[in-house]
Amino acid sequence: MHLGESISTTWQTLRGNKLRAFLTLLSIAIGVFSIIFVMTSLGALQNSIEGGLSALGSNTFQVQKYANNEGGGPGWHMRTRNRQDLTYAQGLKVLEGTTGAKHIGLEVWKFGVEVRWRNVKTNPDIFLAGETPGGLPTNQWDIDLGRGIMQSDLDLNRKVVVLGSELVRMLFPPSYNPVGKTVSVGGRRFKVIGTLEAKGGLFGNQDKYFIIPITTFFEAYGRRRSIHIMVQARSRENFEQVQDEVIGILRAARDVPPGEENDFALFSNESVIRQFNEATGMVRIGTLAIAGVALLAAGIGIMNIMLVSVTERTREIGIRKAVGATRGSIVSQFLSEAVVITILGGLIGIVFGLLAGNILAVALEIDPVIQFGWIGFGIAACVVVGVSFGTYPAWKASNLDPIDALHYE
Amino acid sequence: MPLIHIKDVVKTYDMGAELVHALSGVSLDIEENEYVAIMGPSGSGKSTLMNVIGCLDTPTSGLYEFTDQNVGDLDDNELAEIRNRKIGFVFQTFNLLPRSTALHNVELPLIYSGVTAQQRREKAEQALVSVGLGDRMTHKPNELSGGQRQRVAIARALVNDPSIILADEPTGNLDSKTGIEIMQLLVDLHEKGNTIILVTHEEDIAAHAHRIIRLFDGKIASDEVVAEPLIYAKAE
Repeated sequence: MHLGESISTTWQTLRGNKLRAFLTLLSIAIGVFSIIFVMTSLGALQNSIEGGLSALGSNTFQVQKYANNEGGGPGWHMRTRNRQDLTYAQGLKVLEGTTGAKHIGLEVWKFGVEVRWRNVKTNPDIFLAGETPGGLPTNQWDIDLGRGIMQSDLDLNRKVVVLGSELVRMLFPPSYNPVGKTVSVGGRRFKVIGTLEAKGGLFGNQDKYFIIPITTFFEAYGRRRSIHIMVQARSRENFEQVQDEVIGILRAARDVPPGEENDFALFSNESVIRQFNEATGMVRIGTLAIAGVALLAAGIGIMNIMLVSVTERTREIGIRKAVGATRGSIVSQFLSEAVVITILGGLIGIVFGLLAGNILAVALEIDPVIQFGWIGFGIAACVVVGVSFGTYPAWKASNLDPIDALHYE
Repeated sequence: MPLIHIKDVVKTYDMGAELVHALSGVSLDIEENEYVAIMGPSGSGKSTLMNVIGCLDTPTSGLYEFTDQNVGDLDDNELAEIRNRKIGFVFQTFNLLPRSTALHNVELPLIYSGVTAQQRREKAEQALVSVGLGDRMTHKPNELSGGQRQRVAIARALVNDPSIILADEPTGNLDSKTGIEIMQLLVDLHEKGNTIILVTHEEDIAAHAHRIIRLFDGKIASDEVVAEPLIYAKAE
């Protein structure tokens, strides 16, 4: 109704008692801060996981012996400990039998190898991958120099390697072309046939890949290990159909009786994001609960301050009534004062929450985000707190008798 | 048709243990452009009468018609609107908003009558100029002398072109010289056509009025026309 008037009187009130104003704003700011801080950090984390997951590519899913986070539930270990490995032979059946896929890659991993070139040696933290030709596109590895893994490399067990960009940077001088050079892992020598474009990753640069043909891998390190199958569907539309196709082929290859669960795990970007959301859901709920309690406490504080303010300003209320303020205008004045205070506190909380959340994001080397939805939620929460705890003081103010109020000392 | 028509008005306060009869059967008419002083010792009911006339309070019984409206029939919001548009109050203790400028204090009634910000400012400035405070608009009450504060209050009372100006002991908190200046201002306003009702217990102050109503124990003791009102009292 008289919003300008309310804002200016609120400003006068706040200036008139700076410490009290500071403490009141602080109480509401803390509640909103906790919401915005946690939601911003989780949002940044989620974005970056989604970004990092695009390593898996769009419309791509992966089959492994166990799901990444499988486990839990009574009897899980008993049910799954006899699982057979996913064998190369089963992988080849998928590779040959799946009709709807754009790319299919079979891969095996060995983590933490040490790579040498001449007298340069890396730390033993390089990821060694044995891949089929389809493993490069399904991992979204793009060739920078040279070429990728080809079928003939597999057929001939060639001792060739494609190097990740970070590995190139570690081993070779700047702008040196490593294609054609020979590097070694554990005494085995490999000829460099290509390098990958830099991609970066979730927690720092992860392009420390040493990619060799999968058959060469088996020859060097043995076959007794479970492979991963990476499948990229042609489109969003046939994603599920391709999944069903792969599941069918694998169940047949692994003799899974009808009606029994798959004895292997499928996951995609979507399923990983879902898992992340499930894991962080409790954090979000916990944060909202704590913020709710903080805002409740802040609301009670605001009610207290408003009641003090009504008493202190009894005479002012009398004056306003004498010159023609109705009950409604007194209610709206004090109510909007309460809401202006809560929104002001909320904005402070939002600013600091965004700052803190994004400082954390930058510290974790992930992209900062602004969660507009949660900012809106924070402001809405402030309005609700202001209105619900400001109503009683405002009602009390509006009910003062003008004559008594004018003579209040 | 009188501006104010009061007939057998009774005002009783229930103080818990006893009933206090502040007004026990008051009847009077006040015409437009009168200058009336209401006098009486403390406890005589003059403040209560002023509150009733100013629509801050309603009679317990009896009839009060203000500009042909029966005030007893009005609800809170309608009373507020009458106070806003038809009555200008001037108080003994000035009753200005302490943290607001003179200009904002004068604008206050206009805020509640829904006047636009620009018109508010213009009217408030005019009112302040008319009481001789054109150069004090941005001062706050504590930066003004007592007389200046009362002038701000008078400007506030005037700003909405009210039907009556109700002044309750307007010089009570001022020294005599400043008091006389304020009384001159009221005389000027009367001459310009305003209706003024002055509540006071001081004979010198009441002497400016054209009619003096004396209250005693909640009843009118006398109601006389002043033969020669005091006009333009000199400061010396």
